[in-house]
Amino acid sequence: MWIVGQMDRGTPVGVRCRAVLSSVLALLACLLFAGAARADALDDTLAKFLDDKFSRTEKAIGELAAEAPPQAAAVLEALGDNRLLFDQADHIVAYKTTAGAIINAKTGETIASAAAFKKVRVNNAIRSAIEGSIGSLTLANPDPQKRIAAAEDVFKTREAKALPALQAQLAKESDPQVAEALRLAQAAIFASNDNTSTKDRLAAIDILKARGDQDAQNLIDQLLQKTTDPAVKSAGESALTSIHTRLAMWGAAQDLWYGLSASSVLLLAAIGLAITFGVMGVINMAHGEMVMLGAYATYVVQLLLPPSLQNWSLAFAIPLAFLVAALVGVAIERLIIRFLYTRPLETLLATWGVSLILQQLVRSLFGANNKLVTNPPFMSGAFHLGGLEITTNRLWIIVLAIVVFVGLQLVLRATPFGLQMRAVTQNRRMAAAMGISTARIDMLAFALGSGVAGIAGVALSQIDNVSPNLGQGYIIDSFMVVVFGGVGNLWGTALGALTLGIANKILEPVIGAIQGQIVLLIVIILFIQKRPRGLFALKGRAVEA
Amino acid sequence: MSERLDRLGLVFVALLAVAAILVPILSLATPAGSALNIPPYLVQLFGKYLCYAILAVALDLVWGYCGILSLGHGAFFALGGYAMGMYLMRQIGARGVYANPILPDFMVFLNWKELPVAWWGFNWFPYAMLMVVLVPGLLALAFGWFAFRSRVTGVYLSIITQAMTFALFKEFFRNDFGFGGNNGLTDFKDLLGFSLQSASTKAALFSASAIALILAYWVARKIIGSKYGKALMAVRDAESRMRFLGYRVENYKLFAFVVSAVMAGIAGALYVPQVGIINPSEFAPANSIEAAIWVAVGGRGTLVGAAIGAIAVNFAKTYFTGAFPEYWLYGLGLLFVLTTLFLPKGLLGLALTARDKKPVVETPAIAVEEGADL
Repeated sequence: MWIVGQMDRGTPVGVRCRAVLSSVLALLACLLFAGAARADALDDTLAKFLDDKFSRTEKAIGELAAEAPPQAAAVLEALGDNRLLFDQADHIVAYKTTAGAIINAKTGETIASAAAFKKVRVNNAIRSAIEGSIGSLTLANPDPQKRIAAAEDVFKTREAKALPALQAQLAKESDPQVAEALRLAQAAIFASNDNTSTKDRLAAIDILKARGDQDAQNLIDQLLQKTTDPAVKSAGESALTSIHTRLAMWGAAQDLWYGLSASSVLLLAAIGLAITFGVMGVINMAHGEMVMLGAYATYVVQLLLPPSLQNWSLAFAIPLAFLVAALVGVAIERLIIRFLYTRPLETLLATWGVSLILQQLVRSLFGANNKLVTNPPFMSGAFHLGGLEITTNRLWIIVLAIVVFVGLQLVLRATPFGLQMRAVTQNRRMAAAMGISTARIDMLAFALGSGVAGIAGVALSQIDNVSPNLGQGYIIDSFMVVVFGGVGNLWGTALGALTLGIANKILEPVIGAIQGQIVLLIVIILFIQKRPRGLFALKGRAVEA
Repeated sequence: MSERLDRLGLVFVALLAVAAILVPILSLATPAGSALNIPPYLVQLFGKYLCYAILAVALDLVWGYCGILSLGHGAFFALGGYAMGMYLMRQIGARGVYANPILPDFMVFLNWKELPVAWWGFNWFPYAMLMVVLVPGLLALAFGWFAFRSRVTGVYLSIITQAMTFALFKEFFRNDFGFGGNNGLTDFKDLLGFSLQSASTKAALFSASAIALILAYWVARKIIGSKYGKALMAVRDAESRMRFLGYRVENYKLFAFVVSAVMAGIAGALYVPQVGIINPSEFAPANSIEAAIWVAVGGRGTLVGAAIGAIAVNFAKTYFTGAFPEYWLYGLGLLFVLTTLFLPKGLLGLALTARDKKPVVETPAIAVEEGADL
C-alpha cells in the first residue's frame, strides 16, 4: 500500500488500481517462493521418518527443532505419544490428533483412512530428544513473548537438557529482552547443575545477582552448597549480601507503596472533613456516611447502567456520588448544624444521630449484606515494577486522590468562593464584617466537603465491600488525620494522611496492625503536646482558645 | 434552679434508697406470680439500668460541669467491667469446661500453660476491686494529663478520647491480648461465693447498684457544691479567663476526669455480674456516644437528669429493640438530633424552666468565648 502513498494525488483511479494490483501480485509471488523453499526442506525432514530407523528419526527431530516449521510441535508431540504415522508406499507422514483425526503432516489435510499407515517407533533416547526439542522449539518461536515465556519456564525447571537449545538460541537472539531472559535461564541451569565450570558458575552468579530476587537468592544458596571453589564461594556470598539489601530495599519500597495507597484512601476520606471542620469548627460524625453514600451511588450506577456502558461506570458514578453526598450534606447543614452553630459538642451528637439514621436507611433500602462493586477493566489486575507488585485499582485511587487534592486547592486558591471560604476559616466574624455571607459559605463548604466524601466512597467501593457501616471503618482514622494535620491548610491534611498511612504500613509488619494503630495514637497524643492544633495550625488571635 | 435541683436530688436519693430496700423484699419475700412480686429478670434488668445511670452521672460530672465531652467513658466502664470479669473468671476454678483449676477456659483452649501476669491476684476480691478503681483511674490520669496539659479542648478532646476507645476496642478483640478475645469473659458462676443465678444474688446486686448510684450522686454533688466545683464550672464557662486569673485549669479538669473515670469503672464492675458477660463490644465507640445522649436527654449539668435520662433511654431501647427492631436506630438517631436541637437542657431542664417564672439564661460568657474560639 505504500506505493499508493507515494503516488501523485492527481493520478487517475485506473492507474492507481493497476499499481496496487501489481504490488499485491509481487508480494504473493514472494510468499509463494519462500513457502516452496521451506516446503522442500520439510519434505526432506519428514522423509527421514519414513525409514523408521531410530538414528534417522532422531535426525529428523533435530531438523524439525532447528527449522521450526509451524507443524513441528504437533509432529513432535505426536511422535512422543506414538501417534506419528507413516505410509512408505505413498511417501506420506501423518499424525493422529488426540481427538483421533489423521492429519497429513506436510499439507495439514485430513486423511480419511488410516489403513495404509504404520506407527513411527520410539525408544527412550528418542523420547528425551523430543523433550529437549519441544523446549527449544518454543525457545525458537518467532513470537518474542513466547520465547521469553519459554526461557522463564527453563528458569523455573532448570532443565539441563534445554541447555543446548538455549545456547543455540542465545547465539542468534537479536531481541535484547529475550536474550536477557535466555541468559537468566542459562544461569539458572549453571547454578543448579553439579558439574559446571568455575567460569560458568561465576558468570551465573553475576547474572543472578543482577536479577536479585528471591529465586536468584535461592539459586545462589544452592550453588554455594555445591561448590568448594573459594572464588565461587566469595563471589556467591557477596552476591547474596547484595541481593539481601536489594530485597530489603524492594520490601521497604513495597511497604511504602502500601502506605501510599492507604494514605490516598485516608486523604480522600479526611479532606472533606478538614474542610467542614476548618470552616465551621464542627465535627461531622456523619461524614463517614457520606463516604458510604458515595459507595452506594457507585453500586446503583453499576446496577442501572446497560452492559455496553459498564466500562464507563466511574464516569457516571463520580458525579452522582458527589451530587448525592453534597445534597445530603446540605440538608444536614440547613436542617441541623446551622442551629447548633455555637455548640460544637452538640453538633457532634446530632450528626452522630444523623449517621445512625443514614446507616439504617441504607440498610432498609439495600439490605444489610455487603454489595460487590466490580472494578472496570482498566482498574483490575496488577503489574510489576522492578520488585514491586502494583495493583491497578490502588494506583488509580492514588491518581484520584491527587486529582481531588489539586482540584480542591484550585477551588480554594483560585475561585472567589475559595477565597471567601478561607476567610471564614481564618476569622469568621471578620469575614462577616467584610460582607461575606457566612451562612452561604457554611452551606457551600458543607456541600463541597460532603461531595468529596462521596467521591471517596467511589474509590472505597473499588477496594472494599460496600456495606451500610463502610464509613465507620474509616471515620476515626480520618479524624486522626485532621487532628494531626490541622485545619489551616489542605497541605496539613495531605501530610497528615501520608504520615499516618505510611507509618501505619511500616509499623504493621513490625508490631502488628492493631498495636501499630495504638502506637500511632500515642504518638499523636504526644505530638499535640507540641502542636495542639495540628501540623498546619492557623495563626492569629482569632484561634487562641 | 440550684436549690430546686438539690431538692430534686434528695427525692431521687430517697427513691433510690427505697428501691434498694423494697425491690429485694418484693423480689424474694413475695410468692412468685403474685401482683407484688418482681421476677428476677426484671430485678436484673433494672440493676443494669442503674449501672448505666452511674455511668451517666460520671459523664455528666465532666461534660455538664466541666465542658469535657468524653467519648472514652464507655472504655472506662468496660475496663472496670473487665476487672470484675477477671475476678469472676478466676472464681469459676475447676468448674469450667476444661476443669483447669487455675486457667480460665479460653486460655486452656488457646493452649496456654501459665496464667499471664496481668491475671495474677484476680482471684482475690479486694485486689480485683482495687483494679476496678485503679485501671480506669490511671488510664484517665495518664490520658488526661497529656490532653489537658496541651490544652486539647472541645471537639478535639472528644475525637481523641474516641480514638482511645477505638484503640482499646480493637486491642481487646485480639486473642493474644489475653482477655478472652472476641468472646470476652463469660460463664461466670459466683461472686464472693454467692451463685450469680440465684434470685437473692440478683437482688443484692440491684441494691448494691442503687447504693453505688446514691454514692456516685453524693460524691458528684459534693464536688460541685465545693469551692473546687465552682472553679470547675468557671473553667467550663470561660477557660481562658480562668487561666488568666491564675488557676491551673488542667489540674481542675484532670481531677474531675479521673474521678469520673473511676465512677464509670465501678459502674462497669457492677454491670458485669448482672449481665453475665463482658466482651470487647462494650468498648465500641458507639456505646460512649450513646452514654452522652442519655445525659443530654435527661439534662446536662443536673446529675439527677443524667441518671433519669440513662434509665429512660435504656428502658425505651429495651422496649423498641424488642417490639420494632427495625426502627430502633431511626428512633435513637432522631433522639440525638431532636434532643440537641430542641431540648438543649434535657427533659429535666425543660421541666425546671417551665415551672420557673423567669427562664434561666445561660451565662453570656459561654457564647462570647465559644464565638471567639471560632
